[in-house]
Amino acid sequence: MAVVHEENPLVEGLERQPVHPTTLVIFGGTGDLAQRKLLPAIYNLAHEGALPEGFNLIGVSRSEMSDDEYRAVARESIKTHSRRAPDEQVLEKLLERVRYIAGTFDADSVFERLEQEIGQFDEEAGIAFNRIFYLSTAPNFFALIVKKLGERGLHKHPEADVRVVIEKPFGTRLTEALELNRQVLSVLRESQIFRIDHYLGKETVQNMLAFRFANGMFEPIWNRNFIDYVQITAAEDIGIGRRAGYYDSAGALRDLVQNHMLQLLSLLCMEPPVTFDADEVRDEKVKVLHAVEPPPPDAVVRARYTAGMAEGKEAVGYREEEGVPEDSSTETYVALRLEVDNWRWAGVPIYLRTGKRLARKVTEIAVSLKPVPHLAFEAQGSVGVQPNQIILAMQPNEGVSISLGAKIPGTRMRIRPVNMEFLYGTSFLSQSPEAYERLILDAMRGDATLFTRNDEVEAQWRIIDPILEAWEKDDRPLPTYPAGSQGPEEAASILAPGQHWRAI
Amino acid sequence: MPKVVPEVPDEGAVWSEQDTSPGAIEEALRRLLQQQHARDHAHAPARVLNLVVVVDREWRGEIMNRLEQVGRYHASRTILCTVERGRTTLDARVVLTIEDERQPGDIALTRERVIVEVGEKHLDKLDTIVDPLVVTDLPTVVWSPHGHPEAVDALLHLSQVVLIDSVNEPDLASAVRRAEELAAGAYVVDLAWLRTTPWRERVAATFDPPRWRRELGRIDTVKVRHRPDSGVAGVLFFGWLSSRLDWGPGSLMAANGSIRGRASGRRQDVTLTLEPDPNQAVPGLAGIEIGTASGVSISLDRGPGGLSARRRDPKGRELRWTILGASRGEGGILGEGIRQALLRDPAYRGALDCAEAMLR
Repeated sequence: MAVVHEENPLVEGLERQPVHPTTLVIFGGTGDLAQRKLLPAIYNLAHEGALPEGFNLIGVSRSEMSDDEYRAVARESIKTHSRRAPDEQVLEKLLERVRYIAGTFDADSVFERLEQEIGQFDEEAGIAFNRIFYLSTAPNFFALIVKKLGERGLHKHPEADVRVVIEKPFGTRLTEALELNRQVLSVLRESQIFRIDHYLGKETVQNMLAFRFANGMFEPIWNRNFIDYVQITAAEDIGIGRRAGYYDSAGALRDLVQNHMLQLLSLLCMEPPVTFDADEVRDEKVKVLHAVEPPPPDAVVRARYTAGMAEGKEAVGYREEEGVPEDSSTETYVALRLEVDNWRWAGVPIYLRTGKRLARKVTEIAVSLKPVPHLAFEAQGSVGVQPNQIILAMQPNEGVSISLGAKIPGTRMRIRPVNMEFLYGTSFLSQSPEAYERLILDAMRGDATLFTRNDEVEAQWRIIDPILEAWEKDDRPLPTYPAGSQGPEEAASILAPGQHWRAI
Repeated sequence: MPKVVPEVPDEGAVWSEQDTSPGAIEEALRRLLQQQHARDHAHAPARVLNLVVVVDREWRGEIMNRLEQVGRYHASRTILCTVERGRTTLDARVVLTIEDERQPGDIALTRERVIVEVGEKHLDKLDTIVDPLVVTDLPTVVWSPHGHPEAVDALLHLSQVVLIDSVNEPDLASAVRRAEELAAGAYVVDLAWLRTTPWRERVAATFDPPRWRRELGRIDTVKVRHRPDSGVAGVLFFGWLSSRLDWGPGSLMAANGSIRGRASGRRQDVTLTLEPDPNQAVPGLAGIEIGTASGVSISLDRGPGGLSARRRDPKGRELRWTILGASRGEGGILGEGIRQALLRDPAYRGALDCAEAMLR
């Protein structure tokens, strides 16, 4: 652990705070995630001058190739996937600091070479670079790589910070997550582990905290006295694409609910933290997760899409998708009703739903307020008067919308709902950075606020695991829904009387 | 980067009138926005900030080009007041622009550009023309790149931010003095200061590792090279070091083509040198060299792909490396100026005050 001697007064007021020189090692350096997201994100940080003033990158993967060949792979990935056209000079200088190590993750020689390369970077610069090991591999390698780092002594350094970023999924069942935590924590301290959930890197997700805790008008009504129910939706209009191998073993519950959607729920329901330090925020989030009981079987609906129409074209059903077994019982849709049993939220149903091949791509949280106690206008023919809703929209148009009842122009006192909308894009000059840019930079800074802690992961699995267990024992055929639709009709069964799903 | 293209003119997104009035322009703006929204509900007006620009008519095109090149940082409503000698009436043109290349289902951001042709006689009352045209409740930024201080003074009470470029002032002392005057009534964003940002960030980062941090108290020389017209950026850089490191600012004096001075550090005096570099093509700094009493020397120079850094330790060992970063260009600097109008930089005022003390 680096020791800070005295303050650096030059950082005061700087928008971009210094980051300690860092060597970033990507395990799975030639993989899809590295090529599509990580390498372009690193380039964009370099372009903006946001990387540490000393920065090295080492890719580790099975494919045999030289440093130069890996640089060519990285160059192509960046040119294809970067959100901006690369500046040739910046790209060239970045690639000069790139090395590659070929080998399997169980090979001692890989870690021996890694130690040499990292040591060489330190020696050249005359300082100990911080080390970040980014595990962008299949999940079954996470524990192995951490163990190997420990065996080689690469998990700590007397003069530098060592951190490990672990991609999702963090286990596929509670027992796996517990075991994985046990294994990585036998080598590393929790403060060294950065479990990534890229949803948390999105500006609009972070904006939920600003919305709730920077505005006095919402907090007084943010409780069971005023809120009737909440719906969190993450709908996609696309199918599974080429991800059949992963998706058929995961399903909608593991793919989105266990991580992203429960994170949204905890951000929505958490108490105000004292500060925005990583552990203060995560302490509050985990309290919410602990207050959520696993839902009973009749509060969960799963389904699978069948053939239909999507984006104006005929779309095949899930079982007809390439790579999906004909008898697959994997769910492509799941809806569930949860409750947060604490003082603030007791009795407020919180509905989560996610699915593939739904009518539209939309991610949003809809908070429905309780109806007014008495509606004087009803007798005069008002129609469509509805309780207020606050919609926190994340995709496709980021923003906040509040539905209000307003008088219809005319001589009679008739009311209909109207929307007051704030669109993120209209009110800020800059586009949001890619989530991975923010998260990689945070990992280099050592700021774990937007990463998931071990107890959060375990709490999430404690909610989800009983559902998976019940499904294993349930051999009834899954309900279905046509591609391009609002989802299965059965989803309405988990709603309380008088409630309905918002249109996707 | 979204491309901005003019909306189809024959559908009413352009309006112009000769010998017009602020009330007529404001009414035209409202009508155009209503018509556009009625045509397509996905069109949403951007509502970030008003930018009021006062320019000489003959240089209007150059300024409009610069405003086109600010990348992502376009003002949501730009009011361009073009000053024409001898003009007594107002002519105006309103154009709504729409972001192209949106994804299906996305909103389309629209922005408004108002061009008002004014005469010199209008300048000291320019606020009465501009006031009805700004979007209420949004921050208003004033930028007058061709001088016209009377116009800026008139607009100060309805603006929160003044954008300046101190390198355009005739000399260092008047540049800093004018910035101080403006800073008394509004938040000042100085492009000359923003050109020092990467240098300040890198100097802060260079001294950030714990073993180098202690050297901050031992700095005894700072030499800054700059484009000949950008000396004020160097003085602001000195002012920044002085305010952050608690140096007592001494006077800067011209000597043999450069400017020299001293500041009083806690442990030792600091020699300051400002040297013009005729090879520097773009406004701003060309290089920085910082030495310490313990024999450490650090230099930063412009180079391909970022800043070329060099560090020599007391034993004479030298290390060279590149600090990655793309040049923002002058368009990028202006865009950054617009972006900074929505933020507050707590370091600027201290740097400006110290710079003013050095030039007193």
